[in-house]
Formats: sequence, structure tokens, C-alpha cells
Amino acid sequence: MKTITEYLQSGLSATEMVKQALARAKQVADYNSFLSLTEERALKRAAQIDSGEISGKLAGVPFVVKDNMLAFGAPTTAASVMLKDFHAPLQATAVEKLEAEGAICIGKSNLDAFAHGGSTENSAYGVTKNAHDTKRVAGGSSGGSAVITALDVVPFALGTDTGGSIRQPASFNGVVGIKPTYGTVSRYGVVAMASSTDTIGCFTHTAADADVVMGIMAGRDANDMTTLPNFWNEKSNSVKKSLQIGLIKETMGDGIDTEVQAAVYEYAERLKGAGHTVREVSMPTISYSLGMYYVIVPAEISSNLARYDGVRYGYRSQNATSLEELYGQSRDQGFEMENKRRIMIGSFVLSSGFFDAYYQQAQKARALLCSEFDELFASYDLLLSPVSPTPAFAIGQKTNDPIQMYKADIMTVPASLAGLPAVSVPAGVSSTGLPVGAQLIGPQKSDRLLLRLAAQLEKGA
Amino acid sequence: MTQQLPHPYSQYKMTIGIECHVQLATRTKLFSAADNDAREATPNSKIVPIDFGLPGMLPVLNRRAVELAVKAAKALNADVALESRFDRKHYFYPDLPKGYQISQMYQPIILAGYLDAPLESGETVRVRIHHAHLEEDAGKLTHKDGYSLVDLNRAGTPLIEIVSEPDIHSASAAKAYASELHKLMIYAGVSRGDLYHGNMRFDVNISVAKHEAKALGTRAEVKNLNSFKSVEKAAEYEFKRQVDLLESGGRVVQETRGWDDTKLITISQRSKEDAQDYRYMPDADIPPIRLTSEQVNEIQANVPMLPFEYRNSWKELELDISVIEALLSNQSYAKLVDEIKQTSTNAHARRVAHWFASAIRPEDDVTVQQLSALKPAGFIELADMVEADELSSTAAKEVFSELLVSDHTAREIAEQRNLIQNSDEDEIATIVDAVLSDPASARSIEDIKAGKDKAIGYLVGQIMKLSAGKANPALAQKLLRERLR
Repeated sequence: MKTITEYLQSGLSATEMVKQALARAKQVADYNSFLSLTEERALKRAAQIDSGEISGKLAGVPFVVKDNMLAFGAPTTAASVMLKDFHAPLQATAVEKLEAEGAICIGKSNLDAFAHGGSTENSAYGVTKNAHDTKRVAGGSSGGSAVITALDVVPFALGTDTGGSIRQPASFNGVVGIKPTYGTVSRYGVVAMASSTDTIGCFTHTAADADVVMGIMAGRDANDMTTLPNFWNEKSNSVKKSLQIGLIKETMGDGIDTEVQAAVYEYAERLKGAGHTVREVSMPTISYSLGMYYVIVPAEISSNLARYDGVRYGYRSQNATSLEELYGQSRDQGFEMENKRRIMIGSFVLSSGFFDAYYQQAQKARALLCSEFDELFASYDLLLSPVSPTPAFAIGQKTNDPIQMYKADIMTVPASLAGLPAVSVPAGVSSTGLPVGAQLIGPQKSDRLLLRLAAQLEKGA
Repeated sequence: MTQQLPHPYSQYKMTIGIECHVQLATRTKLFSAADNDAREATPNSKIVPIDFGLPGMLPVLNRRAVELAVKAAKALNADVALESRFDRKHYFYPDLPKGYQISQMYQPIILAGYLDAPLESGETVRVRIHHAHLEEDAGKLTHKDGYSLVDLNRAGTPLIEIVSEPDIHSASAAKAYASELHKLMIYAGVSRGDLYHGNMRFDVNISVAKHEAKALGTRAEVKNLNSFKSVEKAAEYEFKRQVDLLESGGRVVQETRGWDDTKLITISQRSKEDAQDYRYMPDADIPPIRLTSEQVNEIQANVPMLPFEYRNSWKELELDISVIEALLSNQSYAKLVDEIKQTSTNAHARRVAHWFASAIRPEDDVTVQQLSALKPAGFIELADMVEADELSSTAAKEVFSELLVSDHTAREIAEQRNLIQNSDEDEIATIVDAVLSDPASARSIEDIKAGKDKAIGYLVGQIMKLSAGKANPALAQKLLRERLR
């Protein structure tokens, strides 16, 4: 069983589905993709569904949440020491909405601590292994959810995507991953990383399943002022016979693995085969997007992580003898190296005298990037690019070189900075058997179009 | 402060700018649904996860707070920014749950304005407002021996910070500014103005320089003053401290100082060298506040009459400034007097104004109660009775005091208390004649005829006695004089 439809039509009871998923989760424990299983609560909810107490579109379907979303049944750790024992008093809106439709959370997945990273190697609880090669990274930061989906533990898993954290691990593990338009799904109850680019999406085996899951999570939330009115239910736009698709030239050149390029060209051919037009386009600003991203996002991180001070909840150093030491030691011991690096960068670019030179400049450049997207979308329905310059890299290969690690985000950060929807779809396999994804990027609120097109190609495959 | 200052103070001039934090009278906090009225509440009983800074919590802007800021703009003669934004001000302190305060650094909601503060001399001082912005309050720390307690009830309380230009040049003007700001915020319905509970807190920036100096001196900021008196006293103290320092060859350090309300002195807290870098940045969780001129007009149309509008309205009453300011210290009184002015005569309004002014005790300075039940009719009736000589001025005051708390009409009260005086000339003439023919009056009559006018008091007293206190004393005196001429 892979897809949601297969689960729903399996004839299994909710309890059976949940037990099966939990058994599978334990079977694949070596991948270190789970931080916790919410077994007790999941079985209780399954019994409620089997007794007819709870019903809904996803009645009994098991799923997994990335452990930076507040959810009951186990601590919400954000894969950090800081929140090691943090039991949430409420659940994220996205989780609540899925539960209201009868879906059952069976566990919480591993991630880079506080979602800072692109390999899930920054977790305080160990690295997650790639579903296709255990010597390689799962990608990140939503590595756990991607691997769990790829290993068929559950039909869908939730992730968050701030600069590629869903799309890249989806590509590395051969599943579908969607980062929706900014504001599609409420961020309420999601441990904040960068407020202006954080999005909630999911991993699935098919684009059709992603459409179902996103449709449930989408919509205005009174608890998140940045949410958009639900556009998922707007009259669905069936895929035009012939879409104009732009292949972003700058993402297909030097520094991009030839096998990745080949897979994307192959996907382009399939798009053409389905009657669409694919033409090369240029986006000169894209080469600056990494610079913008690694100024703006650390700035927001330094701010959003200020609340973890050891005073009210979370990790508190026991050796402190003054307030300053309490802050310093709690944050030093509670955060991972990558968290601290980003807090330092962010604090620097926001500090007096540097704010204009870094943060403000980056925001100006971001506006240019957005207008470049707008111009392209005047002539093209959507854009195509790789997801990552390479297939999954080896565990430990980049951990000592943060710049190389950041560079791997080059394809995914532009859509994040512009708040655009982007989908990572399996496009091919490398000579060593590693999955390679292609990325479809559309204008704001074109999420469903992207998924429908992806679904069209899945059928042709 | 008009008294002559001794040398060398007279060579210096002080320059003051005031930042005032005004707590908004909303039901809930600026970004959460928690109760905004934490007065006397158990610590940490008025908080929800947003105020606690839990992971994943997001601010939801209180619409009512925006409306109150728009109202405040009217009171400050200021324009409203049709687009304003929130920013984050970062610092670490246990009373700040998120590690940042949500404020408006770059695009505040209230633009430049001014207010005219009346001085005791009858003059006014115009103080320009630089801007005012919305922000959330922090919590409260209580330091104990070896540990500190954190109370987050106040965390997230909506404030507007009103920043004045350095247009104030005396301690008395600083007090007048603070007092006028307080009135404006209460009248506009922006704040409850409860100074005891810190609803308005003043930070006074003060510097001194010789009169002929072109540049301002180095300023010190006295923080967290919560009464008009402390604003005045702190300014007086700082002026002397800074001048003394300069005269003795020292220099003023730019620093933050606290106010000791018992010793009436300011105390150094931290210097500019310790000044924090707040790393301001836009808050991406909160979309910009966008307003239309129509929305602003609609909100401001609901602002009740403001103190300066009352002062204008009352010009023709020719009231003493002390009477006007006393009346304005209670919005209900001011409203009532003005209603009487609008619906009855100026003479009546003037009479009622004096009654109210004398009924206000100095300790009512900080007025929060609103006597909305007061109706003009009772006071108009009372004024009518005085004008018709039915009540003496003493009796009228007695009826007035009762009228403030009673459901009865002025006449009912006067009758119950047997206060209505007799102004029937024939009846009083009969009593006058009776008194004059009394042999016991002979001595006084002689005295009066001999020019000892004071002796008339005895005769009037006898008349009052005979009439059981109800004779109109003025009328009785008039009749007496006619007969003794």
C-alpha cells in the first residue's frame, strides 16, 4: 500500500492500518527517521474511528508530522536539546485539520534541529539515512518525513519548507514534495524558523495525494494573520492542453551534476510529449538568491529563536550563576552548531551599522527577484528547474563546509523568497540508483495547477 | 515654576522632551485574546500561550487597539498613517517572553501633531508631537533576595508611545504637558488613565544649556515616572543637578536615571556605553495596517468632545482658569456643564460650573470614575431655584452635593431638607417690623444710625430666627435698610 486511496480502499480497520504503520516504523528504525512514535494516542484515535466516533475524508489513514510542529502524543523537540522535553499544550492548525478528517498521527519525524540544514545531519538525535542508500543523507531539513514516505511507512508525511526543506529531501528520496504558496497553510503551532518564508507542505507518492492533503490543510486561520483565504476549493483549473513552460537556463549549467541535468531534460521531453511547450528562459537574478536568502533567513532566525532563553520552558543550564550566564549557557548547550551559526549571522546583519548594508540590501534584491518571476509568468505558465545540484550526497561529506551545504539550496531558495508554490517530482534515477527530482515553480496560488500537471505526467510514466 | 531662581541657575535654560507610554483601554491584549485588565490579578493569571512566547505562537493584531490609536491621533491633532507596520525590538530580559518587543520603529501609525498645554498662569505652551506608535508592554519582575519573580500579566498589553519634540522649557510646563496628555487620552476614550496602576508612564529627557548656547546640552533620561508631580519634581531636580554639575566643572553623562519618589531624587541606572543594539527588523508575522481616509474619519467621528474643545466652548462663560481645569479633571462634569450651556443659559452653566469646581477635591486629580448617570435637568432646576431666590447659596451647595448621589429632583431635596427660603416681601416685611419694634433691638438700631453698619448683623439674625431660617437674608437686609434710612 502506497497511496491514500489504497489505504482507504484496503478494507482494513483504522486500528489495523495504524498497527501496520507502527510495525513498519519499527522495522525501519535503522534509518533513524523517527524521533518518537505516538503509539498510545494513535491507537486510541484508531479505536475512536473504528467505533464511528470520529469520521472524515482520511478516516484511519496514518501519517507522520515533522517534529517542529506542535502535536500531542510525544514531545515536540524540533530535533533539539533545547526542546527535548517540550510537551505542547495545543496542536498546530495543520495537524488539527488533518485529525478533524480522521487522519491519525503515528509519530514524529527527524529533522535538522529547528529545521536549519539541508541533510538532517544537524539533528541533536542523529542523522537520518537516505531511503535508497543508507550511506547517504536523507536531505533536509524534513529528511525524516521524506524517508518515512519513501519507505512506505505511511501514505503521507508533513514537512516544512523555508528554503527547500521539503523539495530537496523529496528529490533525494524519490517522492513528491510540495512547498505551497506562502500563506496557504497556517503556521500556527509550527516552530518558527523564518517567518517570511516558512511554509507547511507534505510528502506523498502521488501528486493526487498531495492535492488531497493540501486541500485539507489549506485556508485562512484566525491564528495566523498571513494565511490566505482558501484557494484550494476554488473552481479547479484543469490543465490546459498546452502549457508554456520555461526551463530556467541558469539552473542547468556549470556546477550542476550532469545526471541531474539529464533527468530534468528527460522530464522536459515528457512534458513536450504531453503536448506542452518547453523553452529555455533566463533569470539572471537567480544567482544572487542564495546571498539574499542567507542574509534574510538568518536574520529572521536570530529573532525567532530569541525566545529560547531557558527562563520559562525548554532547556536550562544548571551551572549558571547570573542571568547572563543562564542565557549564554542555556543557549550554548541547547542549540546545535548550525543554529548558533545562523543566529550569529542573523544578529550581525541586523546590528546597528550593518542593517542597511545587508538586510535592507537583501530585501531590495528580493524585490528584484520577485519582479523577475512576475515578468516570466507574464509569458510562461510555469517554470522548470532541478531541485538540487546533485543527487543525495554522502553522510559527512559537507558537514565541515557550511558554504558547500548552503550552495546546495541554490535551486530551491528563489521560490521561497518569492513566496511561490513549487513541487518536487521524481524525474529520474542516477547511474548509482539514486533518485533525481525536477522542480515545477508556478505563480502565486497555482499550486493545484502544478500538482495536476505532475499527476498528468505520472499517468504517462 | 515662576519664582526667581538664584544664581547660577538663572543663566541656564532647560530643554525637555517627553516620551509617554499610554495603556490602551482594550478588552484584550495587543496580539492575544488574554484579558488586558491585570490590575490586582494573581501573577501569570492573565496570559495565553502567545503571551508566554511558546514555540509556534503568532501575534494576531487587536483591531480595537488600532481604532484607539486612530482616536488618539485626533486628540493629538495628528495625521494617521494610512499604512503602518510593526517591527521587532530585540533584547534579552526575563520580562520579555519572545526575546523581542513588537513595536513600530519605521512606520508608526500616528504622525506629527501637537497639543496646547494650559499653564497655571493662564498661558498655554504648545508642544509638538514627533510621532506616536503602537507597541506591546513587557511583563514585570519582582526582585527578591537571590532570585527574581516573573509576572507576565502585563506582557502584551497594548500601548501607544507618544514622543514629543523637545519643546518644553520648564518643570511646570512638563507637568502641564503630562496632565493635558492624560486628559486627552481619557477624553478620547483611548486609555482608562489609571496612573496608580501605571496606565500612563512618562520618560522625561532633559538637558541644560546656557541661554546663549546654540546647541543643546547632553541629556539624561529619567524613566518610568507615573504622576504629574513626579514629572515636575524630576525635571526640577535634574535641572539643578545638571547645572550644579556643570558649574562645578563636571559634565553631564548621557544616561538613563530612575526616580526615587520618597527622596525626590534621580539615580543613575545605566549609561550610554551600556546602550543595547536592539537589532530592529520588520515583523513578518503581521501584515501592514492599511486604513482608508474614510475608515479614519468614521472612527474619529466617534471621539467625544476633547478638553480643548470644551475650553473653546466655555470661553463665553468667562470662567476662571482654575475653575475650567478643575471641571476638566472629570469628564462627566465637563460634559454636564457643556450640556447645560447648550440647552440652558450661560448663567446657569456658569453657576453649575462653579458648584462642580468647588466640589472637586485636589485628590480627585486622578479621576477615573465616570459619573455618566448625571443628567443636566436636575442641575438646571437647581440653578433656576437659586435665580428665583428660592435657595440661598449655602443651601444650593447642600442640594448640589445631594443631587450628585440622589435620585430625587433638586426641589424634592430642597423641600425634604426644608431649605427653600421665603422671598415674599410682604411676609418678610411683617417680620422685619416685628423685629424693629422689639425693645431688644433698640441698641442695634441706634448703632446703625450712628454709622456702625456691622450692627445690622444682629437684626438680620433675629429675622432669620423668627422666620425659622427661611427668610431670604438679602431681602431682609434690603427691607431693614429701607426702614432705617
